[in-house]
Amino acid sequence: MKKQISIKKNKKKIRITGADAVMRSLAREGVDTIFGYPGGAIMPIYDALMDHSDKTKHILTRHEQGAIHAAQGYARVSGKVGVVLATSGPGATNLITGIADAMIDSTPLVCITGQVTASLLGSDAFQETDVIGISMPVTKWNYQITKSEEIPEIIAQAFYIARSGRPGPVLIDIAKNAQFGELDFEYNKCIKVRSYVPVPKPDPETIKEAADLINQAKKPFILFGQGVILGEAEDEFRAFVEKSGIPAAWTILGACALPRKHPLNVGMLGMHGNYSTNIKTNECDLLIAVGMRFDDRVTGDLKRYAKQARIIHLEIDRSEVNKNVRVEVAVLGDVKVTLPALTARIKKRSHDSWLREFRDADKIEIKKVITKDLFPTKEGLTMGEVIQILNEKTGGNAIVVTDVGQHQMVTSRYFNFANKRSYVTSGGLGTMGFGLPAAHGAKIAAPEEEVILIVGDGGLQMTIQELGTINQTQAAVKIVLMNNKYLGMVRQWQEMFFEKRYSETYLLNPDFVKVAEGFGIKGRKVLHRPELAAAIQEMLDYKGPYFLEVSIEKEDNVFPMVPTGASVSEVILEPKK
Amino acid sequence: MASGNGINGNGKQTYTISAFSENHIGLLNRITIIFTRRHVNIESLTVSVSAIKGIHKFTIVVNDTREKVEQVVSQIEKLVEVLKAFYHTDDEVIYQEIALFKVPTKALIEGDELEATIRKHNARILEVRPEYTVIEKTGYKEEYLALFDELEKYKVLQFTSSGRVAVTRSSKELFSTYLKEAGEITAVYENN
Repeated sequence: MKKQISIKKNKKKIRITGADAVMRSLAREGVDTIFGYPGGAIMPIYDALMDHSDKTKHILTRHEQGAIHAAQGYARVSGKVGVVLATSGPGATNLITGIADAMIDSTPLVCITGQVTASLLGSDAFQETDVIGISMPVTKWNYQITKSEEIPEIIAQAFYIARSGRPGPVLIDIAKNAQFGELDFEYNKCIKVRSYVPVPKPDPETIKEAADLINQAKKPFILFGQGVILGEAEDEFRAFVEKSGIPAAWTILGACALPRKHPLNVGMLGMHGNYSTNIKTNECDLLIAVGMRFDDRVTGDLKRYAKQARIIHLEIDRSEVNKNVRVEVAVLGDVKVTLPALTARIKKRSHDSWLREFRDADKIEIKKVITKDLFPTKEGLTMGEVIQILNEKTGGNAIVVTDVGQHQMVTSRYFNFANKRSYVTSGGLGTMGFGLPAAHGAKIAAPEEEVILIVGDGGLQMTIQELGTINQTQAAVKIVLMNNKYLGMVRQWQEMFFEKRYSETYLLNPDFVKVAEGFGIKGRKVLHRPELAAAIQEMLDYKGPYFLEVSIEKEDNVFPMVPTGASVSEVILEPKK
Repeated sequence: MASGNGINGNGKQTYTISAFSENHIGLLNRITIIFTRRHVNIESLTVSVSAIKGIHKFTIVVNDTREKVEQVVSQIEKLVEVLKAFYHTDDEVIYQEIALFKVPTKALIEGDELEATIRKHNARILEVRPEYTVIEKTGYKEEYLALFDELEKYKVLQFTSSGRVAVTRSSKELFSTYLKEAGEITAVYENN
């Protein structure tokens, strides 16, 4: 390492091992929970962990993927950096899916992997893998430590980089010799890295331009994403929305940034978003994008996306500006700062007739889709009615975690999120298997909150071994399995776009309740509507973890839908007859 | 290829990207991944020290659309260890490449023609050995390729060329201004 300075305050250095230094560094970063799995190359750190177990809780998962998704759930709910420990080789490669997921969903993580002794690097030693090379495209930063002395400064940088600016995963690979070796330990938090500008400086001129556009607009429309949550700017955002009087719609990761029942919250954007929000995207005269990145699942065909509108983009990551959609005004900076500055410059307005257009469009969706989903009259149970009962029983006061697929879209569409940081789902990567471990991590982060997992039968079986972890911690996660015996979303696409050729989407499932009970978790299965509400009540009342399987109508589809390649204004409400 | 303003079909043209970074292991890999993922082919790449001590400079030549190049440059700049990245069209930079040719010395001894060719092309002889002579040509790609064409009749034994090096036409390196604000300390730690 080259020129680095520490602002020193006469502290005594102590002589300790690298492994001990790792644990002390984590403690200095305020880490009290680690998710991980031991193995050969990380044994010295695991040994040091025993001496710090009074301050640092370690959750032993059943697979490294379970550890990283749990750390993601923990980070998303707590706002803190999630920490993962894994060994070299397969331990490290098993983290990759979670790292990629955290990268695309901007989740702050520090992953510490063991590595073979430095002298063996490049020799194809036992459990040696180039995890630095493998993780390079999916980490915000990574670094291989080969000398004990590097440990405190690199860990300090890792936490600083993971949590600052647009957050993301950082991986630190520590050779075994650096864990065993000794150093004079002193810990100072990192406050700056020369080559890294986490938050661009807001330009007052852009705020003025944006305010002028907002003040002149006749049909303005706000799109908000996870940037509001990551910036801890929910209150600032709400103040902006209320003063501007502008209808606001969310991306999947922005869902809980504004309460679902807020009068200006007009719903979800994109492929399985609301009818009104998609249609109105192509009718508004001004789009104000706040902390979102114009993902293809939000925009549909870019060539026909909001071409009539002027566009303002509030964004912390300069590289997101003009990436997918060309914008007229880019307000760079942290929304926690830029939103209040913008709010101060805009006029207090209301857009009643424009808002009414959204509500009129909603009536169409309520009639054609929502009523059938939430209050079905057919025999088979729908995912929507399960969510509706959860709404009634919790009032939206719960942390909801999902896996990926139809149930995820239904949950996003219908759960009445009432609180900040109350939704954890895999957005950008769409990682099946994310749900169960992420829900566990969420419950560890918020033991006093009701944490409800909504999961499908496909995704559950990708990380089902984490039921064992939940049994060990007794974290009271409430697991709702929406079992339709299919990989439902793929099946829906096969039905709609592949002439109902159901290629490899049917699952012969185990008796899930028995599996849950085998793992020591209380379970119940619901087959018919009359039992559903009582079963959900029983689940919510239960003190420990609980597994509720709901047998769902096999071939239900999620609507509305903006098919791939279609424009948002071509959103469809029902299958073609 | 790179001639005149470097514009060709499909709105693509030649751009010289310069990135200034810390001198860390693996950074070249981080940078090339950005190109690979977006199917942008690197025409040439030079890694060298910069005018500022401790800071490395990547000079990368690509042929692509402005939009693609803008994206690639913003992704490069986003890398934690990169301080700043720029892109320029051929009009905005003065650039050179260097080519080395190895030809049999026999051709030099047996007549004046090869010497005249070397003079005409503003090339120079670096070394003469009984078996071969090494010729150096600095210039644009099309210039050294033209020389290559003429040397072919003497049977070129070896040919190699460098990546591009470039300076901007503006009077000062844009980067020095930036660095003044960034400071010289790579990382700052504070007691808390």
